Amino acid sequence: MNPVDKRRREFFGQAAAIAGTLVAPGLMLYEYAQAKAPADPVSGKVRWGMLIDTTKCAPGCRDCVDACNRENGLPGSTRSTDSQWIRKVDLKDLRTGRAVSIPVLCQHCAEPPCVDVCPTGASFKREDGIVLVDRHTCIGCRYCMMACPYKARSFVHEPTTGQKPDVPRGKGCVESCTLCVHKVDRGGTPSCVEACAAAGHGAIVFGDLNDPQSEISRRVRAASTTQLRADLRTDNGVRYQGLPG
Amino acid sequence: MKAAGILRAALAAAVLVAGSAAAVVAAAAGPALESARSGPCVEDPKVMRRSHMDFMKHDRDDTVRKGMRAIKHSLAACVDCHASRSDGRVLGSDRHFCQGCHAYAAVKVDCFDCHASTARPAATAAAPAQGAAK
Repeated sequence: MNPVDKRRREFFGQAAAIAGTLVAPGLMLYEYAQAKAPADPVSGKVRWGMLIDTTKCAPGCRDCVDACNRENGLPGSTRSTDSQWIRKVDLKDLRTGRAVSIPVLCQHCAEPPCVDVCPTGASFKREDGIVLVDRHTCIGCRYCMMACPYKARSFVHEPTTGQKPDVPRGKGCVESCTLCVHKVDRGGTPSCVEACAAAGHGAIVFGDLNDPQSEISRRVRAASTTQLRADLRTDNGVRYQGLPG
Repeated sequence: MKAAGILRAALAAAVLVAGSAAAVVAAAAGPALESARSGPCVEDPKVMRRSHMDFMKHDRDDTVRKGMRAIKHSLAACVDCHASRSDGRVLGSDRHFCQGCHAYAAVKVDCFDCHASTARPAATAAAPAQGAAK
């Protein structure tokens, strides 16, 4: 190797190292901008979403449903008047015989019909894409339940007891999956996702759809995924992988 | 006849004075409530007595709508600090903080139709033994 080549190599090596140190803090700042401190208001830069891999979701498994009931203080019974924030729905393609069992919850639409119809503004979408009911303004009219294409909302028919401090709920209001907003605001993950991972299924991925580096973004970029009733153009935050055609 | 009338008036006046004096004593005594678990309140107690509902109403919108979880006037934090040392609740009897004062002031307290009236486990674990002091 002649001396000129050696100097060149050294120069490029140093330049790469400098570029690396310059880029790394930039990346960290970018990540920091995505994370929200508990005191901060939510930001529209984030779009929370969920990806459910139907090939990993076993028929009869209710781990996510049970975790949801525990976390949110729901009674867990399934009469027609009971609150259900997640339901397991069995689907079968009659032509091929392929069957899947999927959890269906509030799809956290970008264009939520429940918000469109609410007469009091109680049903609303947060900046970060989570669709919620403000129970302080909900009058229990249940228009949102009729408007929801996914049957995701429930009405509380009976007086409640034993509420969780982070999840107030009471008779006369409509409610639905909150994506465990009390945990997400503090940097956590929804309980259904945690339970699914803890049981070793790993069928649900939760994350920021707007962050190209997040696992959910990489997954939806790599594989074909479906939004339920995509024809309604509600642009759901919850996506499914491997649904029968 | 006239003397009897004067006497009745004097008697009525005496009863009135006595009644208002009793009312003043009762107001000064206030409801008998358990003291808080720890530290001073987030605002001056006089201000809190008059305006706690407004503080909470303002901050609840920040939490529900904007996801701000470290607010100053949080109902859950009120409950954590004011929960009874015996059963960890703010409702139950007239010695319990929220129920006692609301019963005294004859104001209905709706919060706990939906909100938990028990302290969070972390709060009871943090200050369990201060119960002796009243």
